[in-house]
Amino acid sequence: MPIEFKLPKLGENIVEGDILTVLVTVGESLRKDQPVLEMETGKATLEVPSTVSGVIKEILVAEGEKASVGQVILTVEGESAVAAPADEPVVAADESAPDPRSASSPPVVKQPPAPAAPSMAPLPTAAAPPPGSVPVAAAPSVRKFARELGVDITQVRGTGSGGRISIDDVKAFTKAALVGGSAAAAPMPLPDFSRWGEVERSGLSGIRKATANHMARCWAAIPHVTQNDQADITRMEQFRKKWNPKAEAAGAKLTPTAILVKVLAAALKVFPDFNSSLDVVAKEIIHKKYIHVGVAVDTPRGLVVPVIRDADQLSIIEIAAALGDLATRARDGKLSMDEMQGGTFTISNLGGIGGSHFTPIVNHPEVAILGVGRAGWQPIYTDGEFVPRLMMPLSLSYDHRVIDGANGARFIRWIAEAIEEPLLIALEG
Amino acid sequence: MSNGQTKTRVVVIGGGPGGYPAAFYAADLGMDVTLIDLEENPGGVCLYRGCIPSKALLHAARVLHEARDAAEFGITFAKPQIDVDKLRAWKDSVVARLTGGVGQMRGLRNVKGIQGRARFTGPTSVAIENAEGKTDSLDFDYAILATGSRPTMIPLFDIGSERVLDSTSALDLPEVPKRMLVVGGGYIGLEMTTVYAALGSKVTVVEMLPQLLPGADKDLVSPVAKSIGNLTEKVMLNTRVTELKEQKSGLRVTFEDNKGETTSDMFDRVLVSIGRRPLSADLGLETTRVVVNDRGFVEIDTQRRTAEPTIFAIGDVAGDPMLAHKATHEGVVAVEAIAGKKTIFDKRAIPAVVFTDPELAWTGLTEAEAKEQGLKVKVSKFPWGASGRAITLARTDGVTKIIADPDTERILGVGITGVNAGDLIAEATLAIEMGATVTDLMLTVHPHPTLSETLMEAAEVYHGHSPHFFQKKK
Repeated sequence: MPIEFKLPKLGENIVEGDILTVLVTVGESLRKDQPVLEMETGKATLEVPSTVSGVIKEILVAEGEKASVGQVILTVEGESAVAAPADEPVVAADESAPDPRSASSPPVVKQPPAPAAPSMAPLPTAAAPPPGSVPVAAAPSVRKFARELGVDITQVRGTGSGGRISIDDVKAFTKAALVGGSAAAAPMPLPDFSRWGEVERSGLSGIRKATANHMARCWAAIPHVTQNDQADITRMEQFRKKWNPKAEAAGAKLTPTAILVKVLAAALKVFPDFNSSLDVVAKEIIHKKYIHVGVAVDTPRGLVVPVIRDADQLSIIEIAAALGDLATRARDGKLSMDEMQGGTFTISNLGGIGGSHFTPIVNHPEVAILGVGRAGWQPIYTDGEFVPRLMMPLSLSYDHRVIDGANGARFIRWIAEAIEEPLLIALEG
Repeated sequence: MSNGQTKTRVVVIGGGPGGYPAAFYAADLGMDVTLIDLEENPGGVCLYRGCIPSKALLHAARVLHEARDAAEFGITFAKPQIDVDKLRAWKDSVVARLTGGVGQMRGLRNVKGIQGRARFTGPTSVAIENAEGKTDSLDFDYAILATGSRPTMIPLFDIGSERVLDSTSALDLPEVPKRMLVVGGGYIGLEMTTVYAALGSKVTVVEMLPQLLPGADKDLVSPVAKSIGNLTEKVMLNTRVTELKEQKSGLRVTFEDNKGETTSDMFDRVLVSIGRRPLSADLGLETTRVVVNDRGFVEIDTQRRTAEPTIFAIGDVAGDPMLAHKATHEGVVAVEAIAGKKTIFDKRAIPAVVFTDPELAWTGLTEAEAKEQGLKVKVSKFPWGASGRAITLARTDGVTKIIADPDTERILGVGITGVNAGDLIAEATLAIEMGATVTDLMLTVHPHPTLSETLMEAAEVYHGHSPHFFQKKK
């Protein structure tokens, strides 16, 4: 009898993911704990190990599809087919027995087509939590109240025992959403694009969804100011080219970003407010006694931000080595969730691609972000004459609730000066 | 009805426990409502041929069992005399009283009742054929389809014999057969087994699967299986019927077990209770955009709206579980959707009750489902042997079981086997809907001495300190 392997729970609050790679084939002999799938959930990519063993009879999913927790991924059979203890053979549903299953998963079916004369817009809200997850703790009356306000109850934080959501929690959520702006606002309606030509719809990837949600919330919640400046990196580039062989000998590549992370780490020591977070509820500023710098990395799957821990305690070569490793694994989708959490400041260097100044969005709960553009030669007027200097555009966005304009200007100036006069790092940083 | 009216705001097709409350609610909200049903009075399968008449007969069975079991504490009665005609008449009077009552309520609410068969002729019109074969047409803004289901019959059993019963004819109680076979160990089969065995039939139950009441957790089924075993001549699991032949002296039935071995036996009657099929055919749905899936269920969205925006579907015809109380709540959702309210069918738990003796009831997630979904759960059980109330009833054949999320202690499911489990499960369903934790249940004062305490004590077992059930700490 074939034994089913169902997608196990992947992590806290994760109910589904995108299948990137199927690592096994039909007919293959599968061991327990052998990786079966590579999946993307939120921003992490993970390998899903098998809980069963035996010869693979059928694979029921394909790359590019979504899979939910509890979904049958494949079946195995053979003498050695052994099910995980969690996979007790399930008795086929017999219609003669009442089946309360649809209590947790009612047959949510297609949306009606263009409504006929008398009709109203059906609610898009999903009725029940997907199988394999614990439903939101809220009484029916509270769920009804949320529905009437158009609040997604799964987004509300419950203050009651076991996280139970009260009417007051829904009100507080609604108030916060109104004050905070567009967080809960209804999406703007779209026209029918097919009127003007052919269109194609495709689902957002996990990373795209996560980026879209996070950026929209950061942009809505944080009053941004962007301060532009430029740093003279003529000497830094000479230094970088001169010492790169030494870095390469240590297995690293001396990149401008690696040097900038070092400078930034020093700047964050001199200006601790830039290494803080704002607790709006408690009305407090949280200063972190560690400096973990996030570096935005462009990957084929989208933007990810791995974090270099304790950057202030690393040499430039160590930073360069760590960066190289993180960037490679980011592009391969092998970063763990842990490696993308806990940053205190983010740097986004687009210089490798081009362009000058831009407005980076502060990566909440951080309070500032440094954007870097492509350096170019400029005539700089010094001591009565123009001299060619290699100038790098810097754009600092910060949260004006925490940082005032004067400090923003001081911070970006300090960075520019430290690049030009590296001894500043030793002097103050 | 032929008062010449040709237009109604809402037409409800089918007057069962989904249809008639929906019609009444729509009328209460001020809508003009027409309710079409094949019977004179509303009630549907539940009132006429299901829940209600079976419960009347099961009550008679329980009285017989209690009278027998009273010998244990020194009270003996003479062998009961069973007047089947009188029992049938009493059961029919229960049905008549309830359906008549609902018929009166229909009148009081000004819901127009039409006795006849409805067929859609388009997205906003039906043709209604009355008993005399005359056809009227009716236009509507909205329709609620609540046609329900009927017992499944397959060719193997459909041999045109009066000795072959389905749940409908079995409830008519044509006689008390000497030897009876019940095909299908689901809730209908076991409830009818309980009735006929109490009335004196020698019953055999045959079930294809390895467990009676498939779908319920094994540990909850076990006390029921034991009682069914005592009531019956034989229970055959993993066995299917391969042939049914009518002979002069009865029905010759051939069985085949899962090892391929065949046996055969003679019965006076065979009850076929192998499931129910939604009634979605022959309704003119092809004149609308309504989609019927391959199991015969009408496809619906969270508001119970079909793919035709003017038509809603509720109850058995709209999907599992085929339970009256689910249909009733779906009807409310459909009517509110029609009234423009922001509503969806959003239930955390739909209780299911099997009215055997002892009863079996569960709500929310079963342990088997939790495992199937890969959900980590913590289970605690309180055996009724430790319940004072169960002991005074001489009914310790029960267990109360809680299935909870170990991280948040949230109650995800509850299963109860024992007398009155069907009444006890309501509290658990409320707990699940309210998002209650095991601690909430434990800290709620329960009246002593009652069976409801078993829920509280199962919650205490969860935390390792029930006063009446000692478990060694692991």
